[in-house]
Amino acid sequence: MNSVIFQVAARVLLPVMLLLSVVFLLRGHNEPGGGFIGGLVAASGYILYALAVNLPESRRLLHVHPRTLISTGLLIAILSGVPALLVDQPFMKGKWIEVTIAGFEGVKFGTPFVFDVGVYLVVLGVTLLMAFTLEERYQ
Amino acid sequence: MHTTVLILLLLAALAPMGVRVIGKSAGLIIATVSLAITGWYASRFGIVTAGAPILETMSWVPSLGVGVEFLLDGLSLTFALLICGIGGLVLLYTSSYLGDSPGLGRFYATLLTFMASMLGLVLANNLIVMFIFWELTSITSFLLIGFDFHRESARRCAWQALVVTGLGGLCLLAGIILLAIASGGSTGPEFAIRELDPGAILDSPLAGASVILTLIGCFSKSAIVPFHFWLPNAMEAPSPVSALLHSATMVKAGVYLIARLEPTLNEQRFWSDSLVAFGATTMLLGAALATRHVAFKKLLAYSTVSSLGILVMLIGLGAYAAAATYLIAHALFKACLFLVAGTATHIAGTKDTEAIGHLGRSMKISRWSALLGGLSLAGVAPFIGFAGKELTIKSGLNAGGLEAILLAIAIGLAAALTVFASIQVAFKPFFMPGPHKPEHAQEATWPEWLGPIILATLGLVLGLAPFLGMVPLVESFGASLAGAPLADDVTLGLGYLLWPPSIPLGISVLAVVIGIGLFMGRSPYRSLLAKTFAWDRFGPERTYDRLVGTTLASAQVLTNALQNGSLRSYTRIIVLTATACVALATLRIDAVASYLPSFGALTPFDVMLALTIAASAVSATMIRSRLGAIAALSGIGFAIAVYFVLHGAPDLAGTQFAVETLIVIIFVLVTHRLPRFARYTTNLSRSIDIVIALGLGSVVTTLTLLAMGSTVASPVSDFQAAEAVPSAYGRNVINVILVDYRAIDTLGEVFVLAVAAIGVFTLLTIRPSREAEATR
Repeated sequence: MNSVIFQVAARVLLPVMLLLSVVFLLRGHNEPGGGFIGGLVAASGYILYALAVNLPESRRLLHVHPRTLISTGLLIAILSGVPALLVDQPFMKGKWIEVTIAGFEGVKFGTPFVFDVGVYLVVLGVTLLMAFTLEERYQ
Repeated sequence: MHTTVLILLLLAALAPMGVRVIGKSAGLIIATVSLAITGWYASRFGIVTAGAPILETMSWVPSLGVGVEFLLDGLSLTFALLICGIGGLVLLYTSSYLGDSPGLGRFYATLLTFMASMLGLVLANNLIVMFIFWELTSITSFLLIGFDFHRESARRCAWQALVVTGLGGLCLLAGIILLAIASGGSTGPEFAIRELDPGAILDSPLAGASVILTLIGCFSKSAIVPFHFWLPNAMEAPSPVSALLHSATMVKAGVYLIARLEPTLNEQRFWSDSLVAFGATTMLLGAALATRHVAFKKLLAYSTVSSLGILVMLIGLGAYAAAATYLIAHALFKACLFLVAGTATHIAGTKDTEAIGHLGRSMKISRWSALLGGLSLAGVAPFIGFAGKELTIKSGLNAGGLEAILLAIAIGLAAALTVFASIQVAFKPFFMPGPHKPEHAQEATWPEWLGPIILATLGLVLGLAPFLGMVPLVESFGASLAGAPLADDVTLGLGYLLWPPSIPLGISVLAVVIGIGLFMGRSPYRSLLAKTFAWDRFGPERTYDRLVGTTLASAQVLTNALQNGSLRSYTRIIVLTATACVALATLRIDAVASYLPSFGALTPFDVMLALTIAASAVSATMIRSRLGAIAALSGIGFAIAVYFVLHGAPDLAGTQFAVETLIVIIFVLVTHRLPRFARYTTNLSRSIDIVIALGLGSVVTTLTLLAMGSTVASPVSDFQAAEAVPSAYGRNVINVILVDYRAIDTLGEVFVLAVAAIGVFTLLTIRPSREAEATR
């Protein structure tokens, strides 16, 4: 698609959408959001970029193959269930700790969040794997 | 005990890497570990044979109070010693036998997984845990038979073994569940075998069905008639596998389970009678079929079928000491003979026992293993096989009346045929002349001859001095089956068996004489037997082939009917099926009208959105351009997302927006290269589609209304909302459900997503290979 406006918009939108997706992911536990929608939004950004500019460029910005994202995401999701096992509780029971990040005290950090990160990566990887492959095939 | 199973599994995981790094000597380490585990079990010998079974529990599902219980009593100790002991020797043997095979690592991994499963199977005290291990042994057996997967016959036989034992496994699962139900819930959620209530099962109407299904499962695994045909075909596996799985351990899993359930079910006449009838038939048929063959392993396999029949028959007769003695004796001599047969086939280059001659001149050590093992198989004093056979004949005679006479004749005949078979396989190729004399043949390396000679010597030592562990083990084995200490003393001593002369001894001597006679006149005997080959087409193997053929053919017909390649018909089938299911479910609800929800006041927004959705839906079917239709469809999705926003579901709305956007993009990617849209269908076809679509629309509408109207007394959402902040530290209940309450569901879903993506990726990137293109 050779639209200058579209290309420029996509270049601006990609970082914004990625940032938005991370915001969705981070606030998911208390406000609307979460790993699933975060992953979808991030994927939309890359797909938009691929459509507007080109596919190789979008792949290059992703840095890794979508398959790697899927496998990493699954691994993180599974590992998030392990801490509970270590204290003799059922697999995937949520464990929370309070940490201090950048001066904010009492930030709660827990295995459900880690799990959500896994979901985010899987959704991002799955969507991009399908979309990129389709696009490649029809170009 | 759990640790031993886990060690074997861990070893299985490490084996391929170990073989790659340190080569075939990895086998020595693996064998040592296995023998060390045997040592551990041997160290429990004193406690268990003193009449104190060891019970260990590992927590599994603590919230349901379900654990994995392992029970070490006489029965499971005997099996554990056989599995790990013979397993260790077989692993050692393999390091030389398959030392140059590129699949050695894979072989070790599979064999060790098998050993762990088999050990778990005999130790498990929960029926379900036992069943899981049971299926694992079937699967590992399949992998091992098909080890040489480049050969078509290996794949075919592996598949056959899997189908037969797998179908048996399904029957067994149904059988044990029925047993637990018939037992009146006395087993708890764990289906504990010890807690099965014999009285309740006897009175239950389910008794017959559960016994039949359990027997089918056990018979298929232990190659009892009519399922015996898979075992000789399983000889496609390498010799170590035949020695360990298909003679000493796995095929005895059926015998094991029969033995394990014996205290629960021995009150049922049907159970005992079936065991005796099928066992005796198998014993005789196996022994007869063995004499039809001259190939080492085929012959040994049929002889194993015969032995399995004997074991089943003995348990049915209630002759527990005899069963225990014969089981141990058989494991020792048959494993030994299989290993020697493997070496001999390697060295001679042929498996035809009739052709090979004077192999003993080059195999200076293995020939003694063959001879000692063969004598034990033939049931000659003073070997342990002799004690096994004497007790078997005695138990047959104890049945009393006509049954005793029939059994004595059958056992004597089978013993005579077995003597013939054992001369053919263990004496003829090693000590008698034959046309095929391998030049420059040499004895195999030590790992290959050590195991067989140990097993063969054990058979002799235990026969001469049964008090060296044999008697207490047999007593304790028998006590596990009887559910109480055995009433009679176990007499395995040669003195008792040989003096004073008795009827069993007479039958035994007669059997040996007839066996030798048959061997001398084997050419006319074989030509007589050759006539029976014509009957094979009525045999169970042909029935199996026909069943498989019919199944495949009907699958082909069904596939052609349902999957004809037309997207339209796929959609129709799917939509019609869904409509029918929902409609049937709805029809079964009484007073449908009472479930319909009451509608509150509609806002103008609601009406507008409803109209938008309806208009988009109608226009999607009218527009004559793909992009237009896609846009109309996405109109529906976005309008629904707005609904979510209006009714306080921002999470759903956000996801819906994102998904809808991506769907449009993917749709466009797929369709924008397609040729211009054209209409190929007739008006009739389109009218049918309209009816089908309206049908689905109406049932979905009904379903939605019913679902909204049927609230339960206290919705689970109340609890979820109340607990979200205090126990899950999250104010977004939707997200808390996804990543905390139901995190395992979500985990499953992301796995499904990943698998789906890999599927799509494969379908899209698949290219016909060059050969496939060339043949087009």
